[in-house]
Parts: sequence; structure tokens; C-alpha cells
Amino acid sequence: MRFTLFATDALFFSLIFVAIGYFVYASKREHLRAPWREVTKNSLAMAAATVLASFLIIAILDSIHFFPRLEQVDGDQGQVHYASEVISMFDLLAGPVREQVEKTYSAPFAIHAFSKETIELEDGSSVRDYPRLQYGGAHLTDVRERAPDVTRRALGGVIGALIAWFCGVSMMLIWVGRKTACGYRAHLFAMLRNENRGPARTLLVATASIAVVIGVCAALAPYYHIFGTDKVGTDVLYQSLKSIRTGLIIGTLTTLVMLPFAILLGVSAGYFRGWIDDVIQYLYTTLSSIPGVLLIASAALLLEVYMSKHADEFTSLVARADLRLLALCVILGITSWTGLCRLLRGETMKLREIDFVEAARAFGVGHTTIIVRHMVPNIMHIVMISIVLDFSGLVLAEAVLSYINIGVDPSMESWGNMINSARLELAREPIVWWSLLAALAFMFVLVLAANLFADAVRDAFDPRLRVIS
Amino acid sequence: MISYIVRRIAYAVPILIGVNIITFVLFFVVNSPDDMARLQLGERRVTQEAIDKWKQDRGYDRPLIWNTSAAGVQKFSDTIFFTNSVRLFLFDFGQSDSGRDIGYDISQRMWPSLAIALPVFSVGLLLTITLALIVAFFRGSYVDTWAVVLCVAMMSISSLFYIIGGQYLIGKLLHLVPISGFDTGLASAKFIVLPVIVGVIGGLGSGIRWYRTIFLEEINKDYVRTARAKGLSESAVLYVHVLRNALIPILTGVVVVLPMLFMGSLITEAFFGIPGLGSYTIDAIQRQDFAIVRSMVFLGSFLYIIGLLLTDLSYTVVDPRVRLQ
Repeated sequence: MRFTLFATDALFFSLIFVAIGYFVYASKREHLRAPWREVTKNSLAMAAATVLASFLIIAILDSIHFFPRLEQVDGDQGQVHYASEVISMFDLLAGPVREQVEKTYSAPFAIHAFSKETIELEDGSSVRDYPRLQYGGAHLTDVRERAPDVTRRALGGVIGALIAWFCGVSMMLIWVGRKTACGYRAHLFAMLRNENRGPARTLLVATASIAVVIGVCAALAPYYHIFGTDKVGTDVLYQSLKSIRTGLIIGTLTTLVMLPFAILLGVSAGYFRGWIDDVIQYLYTTLSSIPGVLLIASAALLLEVYMSKHADEFTSLVARADLRLLALCVILGITSWTGLCRLLRGETMKLREIDFVEAARAFGVGHTTIIVRHMVPNIMHIVMISIVLDFSGLVLAEAVLSYINIGVDPSMESWGNMINSARLELAREPIVWWSLLAALAFMFVLVLAANLFADAVRDAFDPRLRVIS
Repeated sequence: MISYIVRRIAYAVPILIGVNIITFVLFFVVNSPDDMARLQLGERRVTQEAIDKWKQDRGYDRPLIWNTSAAGVQKFSDTIFFTNSVRLFLFDFGQSDSGRDIGYDISQRMWPSLAIALPVFSVGLLLTITLALIVAFFRGSYVDTWAVVLCVAMMSISSLFYIIGGQYLIGKLLHLVPISGFDTGLASAKFIVLPVIVGVIGGLGSGIRWYRTIFLEEINKDYVRTARAKGLSESAVLYVHVLRNALIPILTGVVVVLPMLFMGSLITEAFFGIPGLGSYTIDAIQRQDFAIVRSMVFLGSFLYIIGLLLTDLSYTVVDPRVRLQ
């Protein structure tokens, strides 16, 4: 296979490296470690973090893109050919689920199609009936076999997942036991009795439930369409899982785009005051007074114009959709940096009057050094809080924006696009509800986990809240 | 007081000019009118004559900022910038790209927007404050914990779900009200009920949580301790002392959205088929009507700035400690 890196992939990976770098940095400094330890003590937050981590893993897998190698054709020796279509590591794992495309809609776990068709019988006559699906439940001969078959496979999935989970946990325990030299048994009992009052038990339950969900899906997905299929017959579960990447990228890259602006401008406005302050204040008041949706809409319109003008610059539809996703992140970032900028300006104004800054100035320390050494580290908690708080809002915003056609490219899998296409499906009789419900359910899980985690981070990092409680 | 208001309005003018310049740059400099014409008339096969005609019909054939071929004041006034941007300051929105009078459309569509937004706003505010007070009353107990969890869960549900779910449950299953549409006068009531219910419920989660923190912040202050020390009952402390003082941050936070109510809600109006300004904007975005989007950007910013002004004024009205500077 030949790997390829889209712009959003590159940024997403660099963001992950930055995050890893931050955690390595923070783990060596007590003042940064303390609030994170506070977060890890919150069991609800840790459960949420487990969910977020599993979403993140899917998104990372889905961000490794490559052209798969084609089968060797006889005749041209040594010549390696690649498919023209880019797929991701996740597609590779999803394998059969991605390729089992039906003709059109089918309900969850259906083995018959959603609409009637004329079927030719063997004796030449034809009847109008619901035809069998090509893949969904194809191994069954009758619909009555479905319930026991599903139960059997699901049970197998549960058992497999629990065994895998048990092995994982035991290996973890043994590893921890080796490392601390007091044996894994001591750790096991401490955990079962909940002695360290940590989130260990919650984590065990959370990982076990996630393992079970994955196990059941993995056991059933190759044989049934768990969430049905959409208009063109793609598996809805596959689509929803692919949408995770879109959601996460919008939630994280947007912050990455706006952070430099917000920190640089906010800190310099608060630190230098005077005309710099006036200019920056004017800038963000002006930008924030334009209603966000309208600014995004105008920018999206302009992007449309740009893309139709430079249509030949894009090598493929995927590259085009990717650029549009990146542009959306940039636009969202431009509309959302103002709030953080205002907060940082206020905090810096408070900070610069504090004695240690005055002392640094008296020693003749330059402005740049004061800002880098004394200002920025002291406002980072605000930045951290706003990153995690903004995330869920951005994921929700994506759906709304895609709904009014100014979000991600229609060809890209996203929950917003799924909901958007469900608009017409709801008017059908009987209604096609699965695609809509799957998108909303996935979005709900991600946003709820993000909200719970964000709350814990805010509680741990906000010194003001610490004083009150 | 009057001099303060005048000064604040004077401060708003450069911001409006800034908004105007931003939209001008976005719509006419980043993308030339030629691009717009091509997009509207349909991509590549369009001839230059058709583009020129399209531009001429809409007055986009003038120079951008400075007309060298004209004389005197016309050098400045016979340009795209003057005819399309400066006139917005006089609320002269001109014609949409499809030839309709934008100002007239706005004045017509404002009222349906208001008919939805005003009840959503007032009912929602009353309900959230009441519920938040109740939650604050039970602070630290299981009621409080679960109420907060419920709020977080409600916040995590996409607004689209509330709308679709409401339409399905109330409109399609129970047949209580029509799913979407609008009417004139009192007959519109049955169309308004559903969007209002959906709007109020959709805002409950974040609203209750937000007001609860405001109440809790007040409860920790010294005057509350004094009130309790006097022997006042908990409810008297809450409803008389805390509520009155918490109204200051609530009121000032709320005033800023008041003028924006005219703009309506994009999503709600689009879903319920309300002929308000929100659906007007969405239609314009989807038809790629640049003139309307530009006008709505300007109008929205204008209303927001009015909101900021009102916020500052409301501070001085509700909180006598705030002095006008």
C-alpha cells in the first residue's frame, strides 16, 4: 500500500503529538499534575474519558489513509499497481461491512429489502414481494431463524469481548505488579475493595462495557446491518463510525486554529494596554458582532465560489472534501476566537499588576520574556478549560451547519449529513428512522462524554471554583 | 446619562463601519462579481455577455471603490462600495440578486420571527429561572446532583433532535398541531405552539445549569449569611435576597439577545416552515443570494451592537453601584 497524508490528517496527528508532549511535560511538574490527578479521581469523568478514548482510536485509525495495492495481474512483472480510491486503516478493519452494499434502504437486522420489487420466480412467473437482501442475513433460509441466530452470535461476541477484556486487565495487573514489586495480588485486592478510592472500578466497568459493545458489533456486523442501510445501501453503522473522525476533527482542529490568535492577541492586549489594546479590542468586538452563523455562511459561499473557480486543482473528490473540512475548521476558528481572547485579555490585565511581574520588570526583564515566562503559563488553565468546553459545542454545531448545507462536503460522512438526508426519509411511509437515530445516538454519546469530561477538567483547573468549594 | 449614551453610540459607529468593510471585502474583493455571476448563472458554459448583463442588472458593473471615469463626488458614489455598502447605513438594503426589494421583505418577515422568538424567550426565561431556583434550593442533595446530570444530558442532545422528535411526537403521532406552516393573525397560534415548546425544551438544559451556578455564586456571599443569621427561613433567603441580587447578572446577560430576537432562529424556522427572517436567511444561503446574506450580516451586527448598548445601560439601571464613565 502507498500511504497518503491529507491536510486534516497531518494537522490531526500533529495535534495528537502536541497533546502527548503536553502530558509528558505536565507529568514532570507538580502544579500541572495536581489538577489532572483531581480529574482522574472523578469516576464519572474517567468513564467519559474511556468513551472518548475509544472514539479517538477510531478517528486515528480513520485518519491513516492509503491507496491499497491491487492484485498482481499476469503479464506485467514487478509492476505494482495501486487502487485509485483512497481508503483508511479503519476501512481495512471494517472490511466486509464497507463492501456489503445493498440496493437501497433496509431496516436494522432486516433480511428483506425495504420496498417491494418484481421478482422472477424459477418457473418464469413473477411476483411483487420484498426481495431478500444481498448480504443482510444472507446465510439464513427463513426469517424465523433470525432471532436465535442473532442471540447466538451476540452471545459469542459478548463472551469473546469479556475474555479479551479479562486478558487485558490481567496483563495490566501483572505489569503494574512487576513495576511496583508488591505483586499483582495486592493490587487486585486493593482494587476490589476500592481502597485507593480511585476510579479503578469505574474504569473496569467502563472498559468492560465498551469491549462488550465492540464485541457484539464485530460479531454481528458482517452478517447483518445492525443499524440498517441508507438510500444507496451503505451500512449505517459503518457510516456513523466514519463520522466520528469528522466530528472529532472539527472539535479539535478548530481550537488549534484559533488558539494562536486568541493567546497572542489576548495577552498582548492585556499586557501592553494603550493603543494595542484599543486596536485588538476593536478587532474582536467587530468580528464578534457579526452573527456567527451568517459569517460562516458567507465564508462557505465564498469557498464554494473559490472551489468552482479552481476546480482542476483538486485531484480527487476526497481531497476536495478534505480541504472543505479544513476550511470549515478555519472559519469556525475565526468566528470563535473572540470569546477566549476577551477572557485572556482580562486575566492578563489582572496578572500584570501582580508583584512577581512587577519584580521581573524591575529586574529589567524584557517584555517577550515576561510574557512567555510569567504570563502565558498563568493563563494556560483558562485555555485548557475553554478547549474542552468548546469541543462539544463544535460537534453539535457541525450537525446544524451541515443541515443547512454550509457544513462539511456532502460526500463526506458526517452526522450532520446523515441527519440532513434523513429529512426526506422521515416523510416516507413507513418512515426510515434508523439513519437519523443512529446519527443522533452517536452524537449524543460523544457530546455527553465530552461534556462530563469537560466539567471535571473545569472543576479541577478553575482556581475560583476551588475557593468556593 | 445622555452624554454617555451618545458616546456609546459614537463608539458603535466604527464597529459598524468595520463590519461593513469586512463584508465588502468578503463579497467583492475576495470574490469578484464575475465569480458570483458565474456561480449564479451556472458554471462554465456561460458567456461573457450573460455575465455582463447579470452584473449590469444588479449594478455590479461599477468599479470597486474609486471610479476614475466619473467626475466630482461621483468618483466615490458611483462605485460598488458606495451603492452596496454605504447605503446599508441608511437601512437601504437595495434589491436581492433575484430582483426583490430586501427592505420590504425584511419588514414583512420580521413579525413571524418575533411571534416565535418572543414566546420562546420569555417562557423559557421564566421556566429556567424557576427550575434553577428549585435546584439551587436543594443544592448538595441528590436532587441537585441528578438535576445537573439531567441538564448535561439535555445539553448533549442535538437541537435537531428536539425539533424532529417534537414534530414526530406532537405533530405526527398525537395530531395535536400541524407539523409546519404559518398563517396570519390569530390563526397562526396553532402553528406557533409547537416551535415554542420545542424551543423552550431545547434551551432548558444549558439554561438551568447556567442560572444554577449564578444562584450558587450568590448564595456563598456574605449578605446571605447575614440574612440567615437574622433568622430568615431558607425560602425567604432564596426568593427575596438571592433572587433579587442574582437578577443583576441574569438581566444583563439576557438584554444582549433582546434585539437579536428579530432575526429569528435559522433552524427552527426552516424546520417549521415559518416565513420569518431566519428561513429568509437560510433560503438566501441555499440560493446563494449574496445581496440578502450581506444585508442580514449587517442587520444582525447592528442589532447585536444595540444589544451591547442596552446591556451597558441595564447595568446602570439595575445596579446603582455601577457608575457611568
